[in-house]
Amino acid sequence: MTDRMADRPHLAVIGAGPAGLAATLAAAGRGVRVTLVDSAAEAGGQFYRQPATGLGARRPQALHHQWRTWERLRDGLAAHIAAGRVTHLTDHHVWSVERQSDTSGTTSGASDTTGVFAVHALLGPEQEESVAVRADAVLLATGGYEKVLPFPGWTLPGVLTAGGAQAMLKGGLVLPGRTAVVAGTGPLLMPVAVGLASAGAKVAALVESADPKAFARHARVLAAHPGKLAEGARYAAELARHWVRAHVRHTVVAAHGTGRLEAVTVAALDGAGRVRAGTERRIPCDTLAVGHGMLPHIDLAEALGCGLDGAGVAVDDEQRTDVPGVWAAGETTGIGGAVLSLAEGNIAGLSIAARLNSRTPDRSWYASAAKARAGLREFFAVVDSVYAPPAQWAEQVTDDTVVCRCEEVPAAAIREAVDELGAGDVRTVKLLTRAGMGWCQGRMCGPAVAGLAGCAATPSRRPFARPVPLGVLAREPGQIQ
Amino acid sequence: MPRSPLELVHARPGPAFTLTFDDREITVLPGQTVAAALWSAGITSWRTTRGSGEPRGVFCGIGVCFDCLVTVNGRTNQRACLVRAEPGDVIRTQEGTGHHD
Amino acid sequence: MVGAASALYAVRAGLSVVLVDRGPVAGGTTGAGEGNLLVSDKEPGPELELALLSGRLWADIAAEPGVAEAVEYEAKGGLVVASGVEGLAALEGFADGQRSAGVEAVSVAPGQLHDLEPYLADGLAGGVLYPQDAQVMPTLAAAHLVRLARAAGASLRTGWTVTEVLRTAAGAVRGVRTSRGDVHAPAVVNAAGTWGGELAALAGVSLPVLPRRGFVLVTEPLPRRVRRKVYAADYVADVASDSAALQTSPVVEGTAAGPVLIGASRERVGFDRSFSLPVARALAAGATRLFPFLEGVQAMRAYLGFRPYMPDHLPAIGPDPRVPGLFHACGHEGAGIGLATGTGHLIAQVLAEKAPDLDLAPFRPDRFPADPAPEELEELEELEEPEEPEEPEEVS
Repeated sequence: MTDRMADRPHLAVIGAGPAGLAATLAAAGRGVRVTLVDSAAEAGGQFYRQPATGLGARRPQALHHQWRTWERLRDGLAAHIAAGRVTHLTDHHVWSVERQSDTSGTTSGASDTTGVFAVHALLGPEQEESVAVRADAVLLATGGYEKVLPFPGWTLPGVLTAGGAQAMLKGGLVLPGRTAVVAGTGPLLMPVAVGLASAGAKVAALVESADPKAFARHARVLAAHPGKLAEGARYAAELARHWVRAHVRHTVVAAHGTGRLEAVTVAALDGAGRVRAGTERRIPCDTLAVGHGMLPHIDLAEALGCGLDGAGVAVDDEQRTDVPGVWAAGETTGIGGAVLSLAEGNIAGLSIAARLNSRTPDRSWYASAAKARAGLREFFAVVDSVYAPPAQWAEQVTDDTVVCRCEEVPAAAIREAVDELGAGDVRTVKLLTRAGMGWCQGRMCGPAVAGLAGCAATPSRRPFARPVPLGVLAREPGQIQ
Repeated sequence: MPRSPLELVHARPGPAFTLTFDDREITVLPGQTVAAALWSAGITSWRTTRGSGEPRGVFCGIGVCFDCLVTVNGRTNQRACLVRAEPGDVIRTQEGTGHHD
Repeated sequence: MVGAASALYAVRAGLSVVLVDRGPVAGGTTGAGEGNLLVSDKEPGPELELALLSGRLWADIAAEPGVAEAVEYEAKGGLVVASGVEGLAALEGFADGQRSAGVEAVSVAPGQLHDLEPYLADGLAGGVLYPQDAQVMPTLAAAHLVRLARAAGASLRTGWTVTEVLRTAAGAVRGVRTSRGDVHAPAVVNAAGTWGGELAALAGVSLPVLPRRGFVLVTEPLPRRVRRKVYAADYVADVASDSAALQTSPVVEGTAAGPVLIGASRERVGFDRSFSLPVARALAAGATRLFPFLEGVQAMRAYLGFRPYMPDHLPAIGPDPRVPGLFHACGHEGAGIGLATGTGHLIAQVLAEKAPDLDLAPFRPDRFPADPAPEELEELEELEEPEEPEEPEEVS
């Protein structure tokens, strides 16, 4: 057989976070030609987001955990790029993955397990030009984004997602203000509070609506993850060192300010998840970093027709979706953190390398990764059950609170659509109120609209994973082989 | 204890440059996004909504929410959290749809 | 939409009405439409007469307190443009026929096109302005017509799936069985749109309603740059065609909410819900040819729906002579929103045993041969789409 790179089977990996990088290294190491397509200027994704090169950070690890793993991924990627096995397309924003019928006959033999795909990506910050990467197989490693439930004042500048505060800190080495409150629920809050505090912000409070003592009910699962316990203890110690007060079973009731955030009101929750009357207290701050968990990015998978499992893309033991030729790994299949993403990416890369060469992967190749995956999925199921927004959060959403930030739809309109106009599902609520029809296409307000309407949060279909200029859409794209 | 993110990571940034935001000159470190540049200058909002005219700035920080839309060099609806700032950029508060007749 | 209008006119005619839908309000093709109330695309004949009647009735409803605003009713007019002299001659000929049937159609010289639509492409040969064309936001329109019907005494049963049409020993309709219980009524109106054939089959009769898929692109919100519904003259030919293959002709319109809607594609592919990038590309190409400024405007989303297509492009409206008590009000293809008011009004008239304002003979539900042609039969077998709602309405 020839060793010409162009003749090798070609994999397009979408997303250069932990899952995408692990898959790229695994597949490229086994002879697959890989094009890694990512929207950022540098690899790393959200978890390993790097400071911009021009900022000259000599100790970026001060903002990171599991730095050695990152060094291994970074150096491995560089070696594959140098050897010509991997092409890394930065600043490429994928808006659609198209499954085309194979008419060329030039692809590798495994036609039953692969397809012919065109990955359409908009270039650079201008996003006025699109290219198409043709590939025999696609790995979706598009990660996740943060879920935020609304409360009065949440649209004030100075209120932002916990992950957003972290991204701006890691990538731009900037803080949104001097005094921050970190609030919501979930395992992200502690690292964000620690990050802000260690970078010089005063963190006036960490407000968590769940009670981490609930972890005690899951002693068996916890015992299997001593590292996770140690990590939690380390964050707690860091918070104490920075004099950050943690308020568990508390919630932010409202944000206040004129033109920008000036203070938040925080209150205690009772056993039923309701605000305990009389416990409200005002905390002055110019930043509120808030989050209520994470959601998988599934637009590309949905448009390809991939089946879902809960909120994420459904995959089998090899990380294959139910669409031939399409694999998925990392948080696009369900939220579970960087280590789980690495395991899934690794398995996906091995599976793809075998399948693209018409072989069945031997499970023993990835037995340890599969074991880690099983354990971490179990652990994150526990995390998911412990961390939850207040059960009665919707009660705090006043009628005039904007729920859909893009289209400025107030809670009253959503309630009216259900009570007066016969809506009983999120699609009808959207059509009647415009909630979810704006720039973000409901990514921000989706869970809140479903919660307020009292219906299931069914994912809406988004044929374009991001907006596309009509002029670009109208033209046949330039090809990258 | 470090007093700024730059101190925390022992940053030695390249030479700073300037751009304008609504005709005001601000200093930017190389590699920063428009959002990071504006934050560094103490600016937290750069868009007003098309309905009620409320101010908005960074919300998700990773390009998903489109709340941080801004006009850069005449180009409307740019996500400030994604677009890198360049020397001499002319950045303007974006009002409503950003399109005006 | 047709079910909502039928319920409204029937209850206002003094009948007792139960509106049943397996989904939510506007869950079928209505929620996937653009909300066109058009006369411009219809040739003289029964459909145009129905469109003219419907247009008057829409204006009446919109004049009721709060309705025009609630349903985003805009009597904005339509502009049909031709790119070449040949197309313009055909368009003028078409408009002449429409004028004699009572349509207002104003010829527009090439030099005047930009006065009407400042952002239109240069170099077009001319056009015809149709002031009677209007638009509503279809989901809001259906929901508010249902609200008005309920205010007049109709009851609404959403999430009730009709599983059987109940008949007397003599064969007459006596109601429907649903997933949530029986509803008894001496008359049943089949307003199930694209799924009308399935409902007819439950009553033991055939009605050849076939899905004709259409995509719509939606742009980012804009100031009002497209004032009317603007489309190319070849759209009329596409609407009238019987082809199963993909057809696209540019239809562009601004909305009260800001985004521009871009249609129109037609293809008969059963109930295939998968997104088609080639169709989106064709729509974008057509729209940017008509309005070059759209090149730099972002497409934010696309949606699809299934028009209820009937072989002769006319809906089925009126009593079904094969089953006493069964009435049909479906099969309006892409014009169901616009024709809903007239259809509802006519159905209410026949239910109340009054002479209808229009001759219903062209819309007779039994006008098709009992055995569908083999090609159509094949498509009928694909008519299994459990998620989509039916919209039968019971009147007693």
